[in-house]
Amino acid sequence: MTTDALVRASSRLGEQTLLSIYWTMLLSRRLDERAWALHRQGKIHFHISAMGQEAAQVGAAFAIQRGVDYVNPYYRDLALSIAIGITPFDIMMSLFAKQGEYSSGGRQMPAHFNSRRLNLVGGSSVVATQVPQTAGLAFAIKYRQKTGLADPADATQPRVALTCLGEGSTSQGEWHEGMNWAGVHRLPMICLVQNNAYAISVPVDSQMAVANVADRAAGYGIPGVVVDGNDVLAVYDAVREAVERAYAGEGATLIEAKTYRLTPHSSDDDDRSYRTREEVELWKGRDPIPRFRQYLQAEGILSPEQAEAYERRARVEVDSAQAAAEAAPDPSPEEALGAVYAPAEGGS
Amino acid sequence: MTQITLIEAIRRGMDEEMARDPRVFLTGEDVGVRGGVFRATQGLFEKYGPDRVIDSPLAELSIVAVGIGAALAELRPICEIQFADFIHPAFNQIVSEAARFYYRTSGAWRVPLVIRAPYGGGVSGGLYHSQSVEAFYAHVPGLKVVIPSTPYDAKGLLKSAVRDPNPVLFFEPKKGYRAIKGDVPDADSPEGDYTVPIGQARVAREGRDLSVYAYGMMAHYSEKAAEIVAREDGIDVEVIDLRTLLPLDKAAVLASVRKTGKALIVYEDNLTMGFGAEIAALIADEAFDSLDGPIRRLAGPDVPGVPYAHTLQEFYMPNPHTIAAAMRDLAAY
Repeated sequence: MTTDALVRASSRLGEQTLLSIYWTMLLSRRLDERAWALHRQGKIHFHISAMGQEAAQVGAAFAIQRGVDYVNPYYRDLALSIAIGITPFDIMMSLFAKQGEYSSGGRQMPAHFNSRRLNLVGGSSVVATQVPQTAGLAFAIKYRQKTGLADPADATQPRVALTCLGEGSTSQGEWHEGMNWAGVHRLPMICLVQNNAYAISVPVDSQMAVANVADRAAGYGIPGVVVDGNDVLAVYDAVREAVERAYAGEGATLIEAKTYRLTPHSSDDDDRSYRTREEVELWKGRDPIPRFRQYLQAEGILSPEQAEAYERRARVEVDSAQAAAEAAPDPSPEEALGAVYAPAEGGS
Repeated sequence: MTQITLIEAIRRGMDEEMARDPRVFLTGEDVGVRGGVFRATQGLFEKYGPDRVIDSPLAELSIVAVGIGAALAELRPICEIQFADFIHPAFNQIVSEAARFYYRTSGAWRVPLVIRAPYGGGVSGGLYHSQSVEAFYAHVPGLKVVIPSTPYDAKGLLKSAVRDPNPVLFFEPKKGYRAIKGDVPDADSPEGDYTVPIGQARVAREGRDLSVYAYGMMAHYSEKAAEIVAREDGIDVEVIDLRTLLPLDKAAVLASVRKTGKALIVYEDNLTMGFGAEIAALIADEAFDSLDGPIRRLAGPDVPGVPYAHTLQEFYMPNPHTIAAAMRDLAAY
């Protein structure tokens, strides 16, 4: 092992990148909080939150080539999607289900993050279906390299496929079949399990008889890594190592980020029936955003004045996104009928 | 022109598309060195190698899901499900995912995927090697459902399916794999690269007295039955081979019944909620004034599968003689 490899990948991140990571986490949080407020005001029908999981998501996003490498997210990946390039206006348009809303034209519920341009795949609400599909995306990357359709060194082409899901979703057979393909075919794939301790109300020990989701990686012949999901740089390091393995043709990695969902499952859930307030308060004390802010301030990268400036900027962005989305028109009713079949390609 | 079998036509269709487009690849159980349990992919592993002809793990949902992912990445997968009976684990991926990607992303992501599966009874396959599954999928907007009955159509429709930017379920009547032979243009002839468009029915036999709608093996049996009643009873039957169930060629369905005034739908799936119900509803709705008799369906009985013992199987399956009897009965109106 070279000396270089012993150095944490995150130690090479410049100050601007570290601040960008912080800003992304913060923006996601403030947007998320506003969505809950809008729901309580009766202005939107539904919200599903990323609060508490921003470090896991943003740390992962910054470790890939954002907007180039494939990402097949799940419904909680608000902060991940923002890191990739989805804007607060996009999110607000989804929350209000307005005409031309970025993810689906108002067809999908909010939180079905999607952008063809950014290689962010628009998922369903059926958990774990994205995992074997991500094996397919990763298969396509490898196929193009092996058959000469793509140059493996071409950094403008996707070179790894990242998917995310919660720990409960790993109980699905879909997850197993996808991981098995990734192992058998040594696919450039990363499965990031955001273990937030509950699948709605059901705790981890009712989902699996092993201590860690990552322990299952052995069953697929791939590395399994457990990481503190509330430490954004630790997540970055773990995912970056997996990215390097994938880029080098060394196959897939399963990463389990241990974290905690600070909110109920969704705006339709009430978590008081299944977990104590003391437990939630304990995890609020481990909130990844203040934690990273304190780190940046201790390192002299972020001043209290800058931190306040970020807060003001986040408020302005969320305010203006909300105002623009509220003013936008609803979809025309007949838009329900469009885009069922893709048109035939020109020529033969 | 060369006479070839149905399965040879399917093999040639895949071969020609793989030669034409390097994005086309095959995956499924035993499609590699074994050439498929029905030999549909025979020789393709040797010709295109392990990068393009891939033996999958024995797990149908991931055969489809990996195909979906590769299609999202704009490859052109052909996924083989060994028997249509085994497609059900992939139902979620086909119905919730492949069919809905284009709609749910407002046209951002498409799924140019072909799923091939041998289907149908009469092969001593019992409950789990005989099923007709088309009705499940013909109910799902976003999918296309194709069932060829001749070698010419099988090759031409398969090529259209590979070139279609949508998910296409391609169900092959396996009883006819080797039993059905027909003329197909040679690949190096001027019409060698012909395609047959998805969404168009075919008039398999012209007639004046009644219309029979069928697909797959039942299209063949219906033609044979039409010959029997023409010879024995002087009844002139028109046989429409639907070829594509979704999108349905409504114009062809209606044009025939408007000419004959009588409609019989023949399918080997269970009767109730089978595809024949949709044809009957369409005719009742849009050609009621042309009808000169009841709309009839001849199908498998409503039991949970095609049973194995030959007496039971023969009782289950429509055949040229039971179809001929249904034709006579309807013609008598």
